[in-house]
Amino acid sequence: MATVNQGQTARHAMPAQDPAVRAHNFNEVALGYTHEMAVEEALRCIQCRRPLCITGCPVQVRIPEFIKALREGDMWQSVAYLKDHNSLPAICGRVCPQETQCEQQCVLGRRGEPVAIGRLERFVADWERQQGIRIPEVAPSNGKRVAIVGSGPAGLTAAGDLAKKGYQVDMLEALHAAGGVLIYGIPEFRLPKSVVAAEIDYVKQLGVNIRQNIVIGKLYTMDELLQEYDAIFLGTGAGLPIMMNIPGENLNGVYSANEFLTRVNLMKAFDFPNWDTPVRVGERVAVVGAGNVAMDAARCSLRLGAREVHIVYRRSRDEVPARAEEVEHAEEEGVIFDFLTNPVAVLGNEQGTVAGLRCIRMALGEPDESGRRRPVPEEGSEFELAMDTVIMALGTRPNPLVFTEALGLQRSRQGTVVADHTTGRTTQERVWAGGDIVTGAATVISAMGAGRVAANDIDAYLSGGCASPWAPEEN
Amino acid sequence: MYRILSKATLTPVTTEYVIEAPEIARKAQAGQFVIVRVTEHGERIPLTIADNDIEAGTITIVAQEIGATTQRMKQLSPGDSLASFTGPLGRPSEMENYGNVVLVGGGLGIAAIHPICRSLRAAGNHVIAIIGARTGELLFWEERMRAVTDELIVVTDDGSYGRKALTTIPLKELCEEREIARVWGVGPAIMMKFVALTTKPYGVKTIVSLNSVMVDGTGMCGACRVSVGGRTFFACVDGPEFDAHQVDWDLLFSRQRYYLEEEKRALELFQKEQIKSGQEDAR
Ligand SMILES: Cc1cc2nc3c(=O)[nH]c(=O)nc-3n(C[C@H](O)[C@H](O)[C@H](O)COP(=O)(O)OP(=O)(O)OC[C@H]3O[C@@H](n4cnc5c(N)ncnc54)[C@H](O)[C@@H]3O)c2cc1C
Ligand SMILES: Cc1cc2nc3c(=O)[nH]c(=O)nc-3n(C[C@H](O)[C@H](O)[C@H](O)COP(=O)(O)OP(=O)(O)OC[C@H]3O[C@@H](n4cnc5c(N)ncnc54)[C@H](O)[C@@H]3O)c2cc1C
Ligand code: SF4
Ligand code: SF4
Ligand code: FES
Repeated sequence: MATVNQGQTARHAMPAQDPAVRAHNFNEVALGYTHEMAVEEALRCIQCRRPLCITGCPVQVRIPEFIKALREGDMWQSVAYLKDHNSLPAICGRVCPQETQCEQQCVLGRRGEPVAIGRLERFVADWERQQGIRIPEVAPSNGKRVAIVGSGPAGLTAAGDLAKKGYQVDMLEALHAAGGVLIYGIPEFRLPKSVVAAEIDYVKQLGVNIRQNIVIGKLYTMDELLQEYDAIFLGTGAGLPIMMNIPGENLNGVYSANEFLTRVNLMKAFDFPNWDTPVRVGERVAVVGAGNVAMDAARCSLRLGAREVHIVYRRSRDEVPARAEEVEHAEEEGVIFDFLTNPVAVLGNEQGTVAGLRCIRMALGEPDESGRRRPVPEEGSEFELAMDTVIMALGTRPNPLVFTEALGLQRSRQGTVVADHTTGRTTQERVWAGGDIVTGAATVISAMGAGRVAANDIDAYLSGGCASPWAPEEN
Repeated sequence: MYRILSKATLTPVTTEYVIEAPEIARKAQAGQFVIVRVTEHGERIPLTIADNDIEAGTITIVAQEIGATTQRMKQLSPGDSLASFTGPLGRPSEMENYGNVVLVGGGLGIAAIHPICRSLRAAGNHVIAIIGARTGELLFWEERMRAVTDELIVVTDDGSYGRKALTTIPLKELCEEREIARVWGVGPAIMMKFVALTTKPYGVKTIVSLNSVMVDGTGMCGACRVSVGGRTFFACVDGPEFDAHQVDWDLLFSRQRYYLEEEKRALELFQKEQIKSGQEDAR
């Protein structure tokens, strides 16, 4: 075996669509490894006795083991190792911020480039999907009913795990399509909807009953669900857009990133008028913020015909929270980054439509609570950018709609639900929660992990009789 | 699911649909709406719940055919299903025994005030409704409105039916002559603005149902932003009913018009499809 070279060869680049071409289509940007590339990359892993990579993964995927099985050609075994801890590998392989998680910890990263764990994960998961997903055996029905509220990664994982254990699971989703942010937020060119559809199909085949167009807090309250079900898992995410509260923010042409991305991805406005929902993108677009959501909005804008797209961000490049790959891809596609720049007002024309953005330059001051240097405005540095469209991507908070009349649920000041991270239990008996609704906007893998933790605890609670009192530490 | 049980042409431009939706029927309250998707490729549009029948498990909606989605809906027949039907959304109207209340329904607004009148009456109010349209041909539900009101005033702009007047004329008279505790105005935005202007001098609390452009209807997008009393609200979850005297009407008008060009394109495409399928049928 080529063990001598392990760790020394260069990391395999990801084949991708040419930036000049892809900036005008919605097809997937990263094309995926071929089997040969995957094996070559897998061979770089030195199979550490104490694999640090695992410590960087929020759900402790068995990284060396799935990689070893992959390079030995035992693909189903590789799939099994991968799925032991991660129920959504085709998605996480594509969207995890690997550079701050598993790959950041990989020992090879100390002297060279880390193993491309995410790309290998994607490869194995895509291989599995091509074979036709095998539906595992489902335990016989135990007659207990669980309601899963919200169909994002947290809900999908909890639903799948519980169905496998023999629970009768109803998944209740407010929108007309299941998948949460995976379907309405993250665009096709980064996460093809066929990949998400396969995951949804999988939980359906496990027997989960997905009911769309059911808004909890409106059609049913939490209390009503508690009468109907033995347990409830809340995975409603953080879907409420935060706006800046600056003058001009209600002008036509100012979108929240949620509205913009929902129109484009869920409602397929990029294919208007074949799909009925319109979206308007002018020649010049400013996206405020620099997270994944901002990158997605900026890159969608380019694909919808904008000539010039700016990311306007009040901090500097070092603080950009988006995945490194998205920032790189955005830059390659021609997105312009205006760092240390903060909008103070949106300017409009006589028709009440956006004409520009008034900004102020920022400088980095002392570190704030988050440890990042706080941006402070530089007096007298205001300037204007001519703009036709402004997209606010400043983050999101949990949507309070689900809490209508749910008085037993304690919430934080940020609007998130208080839940135990080791069990998912909330302050209301028989109600569990996980994902963005608990953490605030976070990641797909952490939501998936929270769904799994809660599913295990729901099973322990419902099958263990009184062995597991609701809040042991509370007094 | 969401089967159309019956369909009735109310006027040349408005159609009433009775939809099978037992869960929503049980929950619906006056002032709330549903979000409808007619086809898989369709837009999500808000329509007010005009009636609900818990026993039959149905919701009644009335739609005015003004664009592609509402016209496409008109093509459906009883037995067909809508692609989706989500609700009840929005806050219910505030119900109390206020005393004398006046509800103004302009055109389509007639359907929207119907359940509010019924609930207000059940709460013990003396309910006066003013219903109006441009011309007699566009009026509907007169008998149905009579059944849920104590007094009904019918007006048309051109006098072709009922009294010749704008809805605001009898409203002003009522404010002059009687002790009015609360007014509701539902209809085209411009009519609601004039209702607000009419009641303002009398200091009568006035409620309007703001029809801003919506997408999800659950508070996650902000498309429906309105400004009331200098603050921004999401009409779908904070409303749709707001204090008429505090609404920034110009903002509402301007935001309603943002997609006019695209709407025109969608309508033209729909009409072309219609002509094409008509020609094919003829063959
Ligand atoms: C544009 C965008 C890009 C992102 N990119 C990345 C990325 O690259 N990598 C990454 O790891 N993370 C990314 N994230 C974050 C990630 O998508 C989220 O952290 C994750 O989806 C959270 O999962 P969840 O299951 O908690 O909730 P969500 O995915 O938000 O799903 C919640 C679901 O609940 C439904 N719901 C809400 N309220 C109700 C109600 N009252 N009744 C019924 N249903 C309800 C919603 O409609 C939704 O379908 C991105 C997020 C966005 C918005
Ligand atoms: C809370 C609420 C309740 C409503 N109740 C009713 C009702 O009971 N009956 C009825 O006929 N109409 C009602 N409307 C208006 C209805 O939603 C629009 O007439 C409909 O969306 C038009 O769609 P279209 O494709 O046929 O026309 P389009 O040509 O697309 O649009 C015509 C006009 O309708 C408005 N509109 C378009 N899209 C939307 C949208 N997604 N959301 C809101 N408004 C839009 C715009 O002002 C636009 O200029 C209500 C609106 C709201 C907000
Ligand atoms: S789930 Fe994400 S963090 Fe964990 S190994 Fe896979 S790519 Fe890395
Ligand atoms: S740390 Fe890197 S080299 Fe070591 S096992 Fe993990 S992936 Fe392989
Ligand atoms: S319609 Fe999206 S927030 Fe109101």
